[in-house]
Amino acid sequence: MQMARPSSRLFARLFARLFARPLLTAWRLAGLLALLALLGIAAGLAAGSEGWSLAWHDDAVLIQAIRAPRSLGALAAGMLLGLAGALAQGLFRNPLADPYLLGSAAGAGLGVVLALAAGGALAGSAAMPPLGWLRELGLVGAAFCGALGGVALTLLLAGGAARPLQLLLCGVVVGVLMGAASDLLLLVSPEALRGRQVFLLGTTGFLGWPALGWLAGALALVLPLACWFGRALDALVLGDASARSLGLRLPALRLLLVGLMALATGTAVSQVGLVGFVGLVAPHLVRRLVPVTHRALLALSAAAGGVLLLAADVAARSLIAPQELPVGVLTALLGGVYLLVLLRRQRGGR
Amino acid sequence: MSALAAGLLQADRLQWSVGGQRVVDQVTLALAPGQWTALVGPNGAGKSSLLALLAGLHRPDAGQVLLAGRPLADWPARQRAQRLAWMSQQGEAEGEIIGVDVVGLGRLPHQGLFGAPTADDMAAVQAAMAETASTPFAARRLSTLSGGERQRMLLSRALAAQSPVLLLDEPTTHLDAPHQRALVRSLLQRARAGAAVLAVMHDLNLALMADRLLVLHHGRLVADGPPDDAALQQRLVAVFDQAFSIAALPGPQGRRWVAVPAL
Repeated sequence: MQMARPSSRLFARLFARLFARPLLTAWRLAGLLALLALLGIAAGLAAGSEGWSLAWHDDAVLIQAIRAPRSLGALAAGMLLGLAGALAQGLFRNPLADPYLLGSAAGAGLGVVLALAAGGALAGSAAMPPLGWLRELGLVGAAFCGALGGVALTLLLAGGAARPLQLLLCGVVVGVLMGAASDLLLLVSPEALRGRQVFLLGTTGFLGWPALGWLAGALALVLPLACWFGRALDALVLGDASARSLGLRLPALRLLLVGLMALATGTAVSQVGLVGFVGLVAPHLVRRLVPVTHRALLALSAAAGGVLLLAADVAARSLIAPQELPVGVLTALLGGVYLLVLLRRQRGGR
Repeated sequence: MSALAAGLLQADRLQWSVGGQRVVDQVTLALAPGQWTALVGPNGAGKSSLLALLAGLHRPDAGQVLLAGRPLADWPARQRAQRLAWMSQQGEAEGEIIGVDVVGLGRLPHQGLFGAPTADDMAAVQAAMAETASTPFAARRLSTLSGGERQRMLLSRALAAQSPVLLLDEPTTHLDAPHQRALVRSLLQRARAGAAVLAVMHDLNLALMADRLLVLHHGRLVADGPPDDAALQQRLVAVFDQAFSIAALPGPQGRRWVAVPAL
């Protein structure tokens, strides 16, 4: 066997393999996802409460005020979730990690309940009807702060991001504690229950232009930074010690990536509630389709997450129009079925 | 910086404990450029711990490691990584990343986290993969490789760094005889090209081919010298509880030493 020196025949074979990669490459997948996103947006603009309509001119006001921000918002929120999922799976080297596992879901829930309970107490004492938009803004802010607070508490309990297992366990603990705190608060002011349900069920129905602004802003901040530092996640594939031996300052990098993940998740949760499975499934889908390093994986997972949530949003609006399904229920259903199929295939040896 | 200074790794009375157990005890050694050194010892002797200390992955309780005359802790992480490559014992690498991207990680210290691969980087990656004959599975996902194929991929990763100090923890794990031979040849070749190579070796017959042998027992360095040193051979057999004897075989390039299992 010729091992000592490079053989030109071997390289010819290597390059033949690299370039004859079947069907999908990262770039082609990116193009495909962009096309799907455009189609989804078009469908989102057309999907109304009375079925699909292609009379753009007649619906101009509806489209401009409701359908456009909602469709774009669903795309952006899905992108944040897909990105956060890819970050979580890379950070914890676990394909089942999802964006909510560091206490952000329970934190957002507690934040919303706190805000609702406080709002209820305030409204009760001052006998003043709460203003709709103020209330909503308050809830969005509370959910955002709650989500980031949950992750911050997890980091605090774990003593930083140096030990991933510790971090995961503390995430579970924070989830349980904050969940219990929410339940206690709900005992005191039960009227907050409905509000929490509506807010956190996972719905794209509240998305307007301001929401889109927040989502797009978070995306513009988090996506480039995550991709920029994404190479560190490649090194983590080799294990912590090897990554450190390659000269990476692991604790600081982990802290940064956890922060980016929390920011992406918190922004998404505060605008669309707890939409499940998008963050879990999007990176899976990308990894199955093309073998990529983390920079591309993060970007493609974001795109895939955006397309998934947008498709789910259009379906949620159209399936039982003029009624509407909560989008979170749909994504849970689709995600569950996807994972089931995946498991069955793996059992059958692909 | 001269190759001599860059390749020199020294340990000075290194001491390290885990859970109250002294794992590395008063180890002093110096690795010279141009030399392939094998580190041997029974299970639990502290070989991997010593290697990790030398790589700067643990902070010693006492003593220090000097890289090119400068304490390891004083080196900026990236510059240290350019001069010193370390390969872990059990490649815990799993995932969907493909072979050539794994090997490319060996160039990370040269590129930095944000750099793009240069022509030099690509040449180093190709050369390292050819050296371990892992080029044929460059485009395969890590999760689809066999144990030996993955080991060769990880070895290429360490070789691709082209660092003057190479620390390998049981690099022959999972390798079949032809690939073990290839590995030994490439370690020798690296050493002849001026690198300081230290490898923990499980297979004593391969270890006896090294330029120099370090014998570790209960965390202490009990012998250090060329494999044909009679006193060192005695120590080696004693440390392994007389489980083998060492015999000389005549060969085309002079005498060779082999470990013959004692029953």
